[in-house]
Parts: sequence; C-alpha cells; structure tokens
Amino acid sequence: MSAIVLDKVSRWYGNVVAVNDVTMTIGPGITGLLGPNGAGKSTLISMMGGFLAPSAGTVALDGGHVWKNPEIYRQVGLVPEAEAMYDMVTGAQFLLANARLHGLPDPGAAAQRALELVDMVEPSDRAIATYSKGMKQRIKMATALVHDPAVLLLDEPFNGMDPRQRLHLMDLLRRLAAEGRTVLFSSHILEEVEQIADHIEVLVAGRHAASGDYRRIRRLMTERPHQYSITSSDDRRLAAALVAEGAADGVTLTDGTLAIQTSDFGRFVHALPRLAHASGVRLLDVSPADESLESVFAYLVAR
Amino acid sequence: MNPVVMQLTVRGLLGRRRSLLLVILPALLLGLAGLTRWGSHADVGASAGLVGNFALGTLLPLMCLLIGTGVIGPEIDDGSIVYLLNKPVPRRTILLSKLAVALATTLVFAVLPIAASAAVAGDDHFKLTGAYGLAALLAGIAYTTIFVALSVLTRNAVIIGLLYALLWEGVLGGYVPGVKDVSVRQWALAPAEHLLDAADAAGWGVTSAVSVTVGVTMLAVVVLGAGWIAIGKLKTLRLAAAE
Repeated sequence: MSAIVLDKVSRWYGNVVAVNDVTMTIGPGITGLLGPNGAGKSTLISMMGGFLAPSAGTVALDGGHVWKNPEIYRQVGLVPEAEAMYDMVTGAQFLLANARLHGLPDPGAAAQRALELVDMVEPSDRAIATYSKGMKQRIKMATALVHDPAVLLLDEPFNGMDPRQRLHLMDLLRRLAAEGRTVLFSSHILEEVEQIADHIEVLVAGRHAASGDYRRIRRLMTERPHQYSITSSDDRRLAAALVAEGAADGVTLTDGTLAIQTSDFGRFVHALPRLAHASGVRLLDVSPADESLESVFAYLVAR
Repeated sequence: MNPVVMQLTVRGLLGRRRSLLLVILPALLLGLAGLTRWGSHADVGASAGLVGNFALGTLLPLMCLLIGTGVIGPEIDDGSIVYLLNKPVPRRTILLSKLAVALATTLVFAVLPIAASAAVAGDDHFKLTGAYGLAALLAGIAYTTIFVALSVLTRNAVIIGLLYALLWEGVLGGYVPGVKDVSVRQWALAPAEHLLDAADAAGWGVTSAVSVTVGVTMLAVVVLGAGWIAIGKLKTLRLAAAE
C-alpha cells in the first residue's frame, strides 16, 4: 500500500503558474485527475513521477522525496503521454530491456507476464514502428507494469483509444486497483473518469478545484447555475410565468431573446414546456447558453 | 556502465538513416586519400595537407557531431528517454553508457579511417599515421564529449554544433591566431607534433599553436567539464511533455 502526498505544491515556468498550491493525497484505488486541457495535469503528474521539481512545496512517496531519487522507480510505474518509444526494436525486446533496466531477477519472465497482461504476446515479435496507436499504448502500459509497481501514474491513457481498447484498459486498471495498488490517471473527460475512478481530483487553471467521489463532483457540476437562451412567440409572458413558478432565478429580456438563469436544472426543464403550454406561448428556440466543460470547470474554481 | 542502455543506444544510433553518413564520409576520405597518393606519387607533404586540413579540420568535427548528437539528442527530442530515466538507474550511469558508445563509434568510424587515410595517401614509415592518429583520437574524444553534452543541454545542438565545428574549429581555429589557442584541433595537434622529429613536423606542417602541456591539460579540462555538466543536466532534465 503506497501513497503519494503533495503538500502545498506549486510549479511555475517564468511568469506562468502551471500548478498553484495543490495539497492532496493519492492513496490505493483508482484516482482520476480531471481537468480541461492546460489545467496543469501533466505538470502535476511529472512532479509526482520525479521528472520535475516543484517550485514550492513537497511531493513525497511513502514519506520519501521523489525528486532526484531514481530509487522510487522500483515502486512507481509511469505511462507517459508522449507516444515515442524505441521504434527500431520489437515489443518483446523493448519489454525485456525495461525489465533488465529495473534489475529484475528474471527479466524474461517479467517481460512475458507484462505482455500477457496487456494482451500483446502475439504481435510482440514485430518492430514497435509497425504498431498501431492502440498497440503502442498497450506496450507503454506493459513497460509501466513490468516490475509489478505499487503505484501507477498514467497521463491521458485513454487518448486515441477506440472503445474496445478503452474498456480493456478500464478493466485492467480496475483489476490493478483491486490488488491494492495506487492508480492515478489524468483525463479531461468527465464520463471517462466517473466510469472507473473511486476518487476524483479536479484541477482547473493549476488550482485544486474539487475533490471527492464522482457523485459529489457530478452534483457540484449539475447544481451550478445554468443559463438558457429562449426565443418564443411572447418572451415577456413566458418570463413572468417562469419567475412566478420559481423555475428561474433570474430573467433578462433583450431584443427578441429571453435569457434565463436557474440553479435548479431539473425543475426548470420540467416547468418550461408545461408553463409555455399553459400560457399559450410557442417556444421557437431553447438552447443552453453555457454548457462547455470549461465553463463547468470555471464555475468549480470560482465557487 | 549499463549494458542495456548501451545496446539500446547502439540500436538507435546505427538504426537511423543518417547513420549511413558514418560509412559514407570515411569512405569519401579514403577515396580522396587514394587519389592524393596517385596524384602526388605518395608525397608525405600532400598526405599531411589532406589529413591535416580536410580530415582533422572538417571531417572529424562533423563525424563527432553526427555521433555525439545521435546517441541521446533524438531520445530527448521525442521524449522516449523517459523509458531510461524512469528506472532505478543513476543518471550518471545512463550518460556514461551513452558516452562510451559514442566514443567507441568515433574510434571505429572516424579515428581509425583518418589514421588509415594518412597511410594510404603517403607516409614515411607510418610516422604521419601515428601522429595524426593520436591527434584524431584526442580531438575525437573531446569533440564527441562536447557534442553529447551539447545535446543534453539544448534542443538546437545540431545547429550550434555545426556552427562550432565549421566556423570555430574549421575556419577560425585554423587561421585566426587568438582563436587557435582555444581550439580542440590545436590542443590535439600539440602531442602529435611532439611525437614527430622537429624537422618532419615543420616540413609536413604538423604544428600546434600551443605546447603539449597546455594542449593535454585543456583537452582533459574540456572532456571532464563537458561530461560533468551533461550528467548534472540529465539529473534535472525536464521532459517535453511537462512544458
């Protein structure tokens, strides 16, 4: 059982702050690191993996520092986001090289076991250069597992995978977590994270925006104020009905559009057609004004 | 030294298309040496001119640039070095293993062909071959170590190395008096000059701007310094994905 502890960790590049005062503990089980692109997820994983020094704060693995300490790699397996590998060797040779670099007692058996784990035994005698993106991803995964690490760090592992490969990897991560390993992966897609993560850490613009299980995060995301813009045959009457019913917190009438703000998403979507019908108003257009993931994240940070 | 790192480095260095140049350039030199012998009737002065100017001044720095930037630079550029760095292997061992491969490659593909070219173009009892062989060996070690360090330090190692090799070492180091004193080529020529009789050295133009002591000391300082800087940089190397 291993844990990564981040204490008031910041990282900046010149004037740009990539990670800002993050404190979190990553324990056994699957943790999803969720955030939009550019939120600092890769920077954070690099610091956890000992590839980047924090500008301030500390990153520790089971009490020991990770920076400038290659010994941590006996316990840590890392799946980098970059796709490049040693293209000129075969998958089997590459796995064997990784096992030998770890100084394992039986590198041949370890390499074989890792290849079996990711279902890459059959194509392993072909050069890596001939592999598809998904196969490369699996070989990357195998190199991270070859020494049976207690901690697994994966940077955007589902990127570029087809649905079948995605399910396969999710299944593998679940099995690894069930064995008591600490698994951390990053993603910018909420659905991906909530499917397998026991615990979610949300990172937005370098800040630690939220933390908890997916139900809590989902609730935070759906309970935020929603904005809709509506065009109808009589905006004024519809607005009055929505306010009177308590289905909207605020309405703004501009030229030909009605802007609605509501904090109760469920109530609003049920009330709208009913009220429109009752007041004899025809709805011409209803669209969410601000449904992008970025705006959801921005709300979490501002909260 | 780590044998796995060395094996992967050899595969990477010789597996790329530009490794063909490692064979073509020495073959070109030996071809020119044969022509020189035929044209000058094996005159030692003409042989010294070819090897001293073209081989030591241009070919050797270029070969070392190809090799030195080929053993670690591409892996840092594409990020695949992460598979070496995320292992419980000291970074010093990784760098020294790669440097060892680079130096062995330099010996085989640059130093030995240069010595052989002196013998082919014309020599007097292998005196010139020995002298230029020694100079090529010393300069080859220094150039290769410098270029390995440069490719750990900067993503523009090939450009900077090319400017250094062609302008500083090739042109300025050969002619401009002040620059001569701080040129790897001149440092490496000092022991070579010492190896020959004074008359032969002067007659064949195997002369250095610096003394043997200065030359050898400077070579040692540069090689150890570049190696030390490269190890220090690799310990704190920031990978592309993290930027």
